[in-house]
Amino acid sequence: MGKVGIIGVGQSSFVRGYPGSIRELAFEGFKEAMEDAKTQIKDIDASIIASAPEYDKQRSPAGVIAEYLGLIPQPTFYIESVCSSSSSALKVAYSMIKADLHDIVAIIGFQKMSEISSSEAQERMGRGADIQWESPFGTMMPAYYAMYAQAHMAQYGTTGEDLAKIRVKAATYGQINDKAVYRKSVTLEMFTDPESNMSATVAKPLRVGDCCANADGSSCIIVANEEKAKAMCDKPVWILGLGAASEAVNMAGRDLFTGLNVGIEAGKQAYKMAGITPKDIDVAEVHDCFTIAEMMAYENLGFANPGEGKDLIASKETYKEGSIPVNIDGGLLSKGHPIGATGGSQIRTIVLQLRGEAGEMQVKDPEIGLTHNIGGVGLYGNVTILGR
Amino acid sequence: MAKKEVDDRFKKFGTVSFTAITKTNDFISYLEKGKVMGTRCKECGAIYFPPRSDCSKCFNSNMEWFEVTGTGKLLSFSELKYGPVGFEDDLPYTIALLDYGDYKVFGRISKDMPYEDLDVGMELKTEFNTLPNGQLSYVFKRP
Repeated sequence: MGKVGIIGVGQSSFVRGYPGSIRELAFEGFKEAMEDAKTQIKDIDASIIASAPEYDKQRSPAGVIAEYLGLIPQPTFYIESVCSSSSSALKVAYSMIKADLHDIVAIIGFQKMSEISSSEAQERMGRGADIQWESPFGTMMPAYYAMYAQAHMAQYGTTGEDLAKIRVKAATYGQINDKAVYRKSVTLEMFTDPESNMSATVAKPLRVGDCCANADGSSCIIVANEEKAKAMCDKPVWILGLGAASEAVNMAGRDLFTGLNVGIEAGKQAYKMAGITPKDIDVAEVHDCFTIAEMMAYENLGFANPGEGKDLIASKETYKEGSIPVNIDGGLLSKGHPIGATGGSQIRTIVLQLRGEAGEMQVKDPEIGLTHNIGGVGLYGNVTILGR
Repeated sequence: MAKKEVDDRFKKFGTVSFTAITKTNDFISYLEKGKVMGTRCKECGAIYFPPRSDCSKCFNSNMEWFEVTGTGKLLSFSELKYGPVGFEDDLPYTIALLDYGDYKVFGRISKDMPYEDLDVGMELKTEFNTLPNGQLSYVFKRP
């Protein structure tokens, strides 16, 4: 059985308050990927749509979007793992192609977070966990990650300034990514300046500056079997490794609070499948929904030993010129985090890096790249390794 | 025909409960008596908190209740400055996780414990409380 290659990538701009419907939003990412793949609609023989359904008014969006994109009567599927939905969809697409059921599959991730009012969104956020045993205490996503930050600080002496350095890096690259929702710079001083919004506490010890930007957006990845990929694409990027894992939804069911088990487990699977080690990764996109999440990703993926993530960011090794560049597109923190579109956007960034087409964000001559995409508070984890 | 009685005791749990009907409804009746309870599988002895009505270790539904007693080690905590809809009047509040060894308990720190006094690793106990809106819950306090 041959390899599976990525022949086209696209994404919409990530924006606040997208002025269109979910199908129009999905069209933007799909159109860019189709133009990139230089392929025809008739060549796509299945589609997978990925989003987090609690933000959609449309029930069962897959059929509606497939029709709008011209992808009928081909089969379409809907895949959901919250923030890692489109990475989960990539694993499903890979399986469909390896099983020889389909030759070319389009994965379209989208989220229009502004589809519902902010009070509706607030209400849903209260249910973003174990609704029976934890939500009645008033939990929120930032507070869960804040508990990981608190535990990391207690065990390893990590500080708020260490975390702020991750946001400063994200903002450095968000400014040069014209698809990013947050295009401004962020300085360390803002985190200690009471006049700056960045310093305002959300859930101790996390501040506004530690949290990613909500956004509306779409992404699209087109994958093909080896024969088609070679015939249709000058620079296919190959899927070398895929890892996926799940974890207890409630904190009481877990045993690690300074890292995410799903990141560790999915990483191990992906490295094993690709036959490589963390040292072989030339460029990475990790799930930085909060600064602490990127810090834990460094350690969970083996870029740093447990507790030494702070040294990696302090020495700027995860900057563009460093030994392991991470989130050189602004990450979720500055590029924005439209839930269902995020994984596809991470894949797109790595594909552009491996093709040498990342423009101002280009890392020097990478051969192997990695994406790390987490769903919920470490409820789901996907790690994908790509190569030229 | 008489209307069928619905056992929706669980809607009394926490500031806002999102669950009304569950086979673990007796948890609420124990709370009313001031007891915080978990479940233990009578077949294989597996211990569950939060309580479960089915054992995923041996696929039995033959469970018994046990009381959460003694103290647990504070694993982590966070004080929220923003809350979901329905929790505005509680703000600020601190959520936390205690490790009892065989199981862990997720909940809130008692309002009378200042955030500054909290440290990862300290021992706290779990105690039943009634919330200002009449709902039932439990909090973590100094032993």
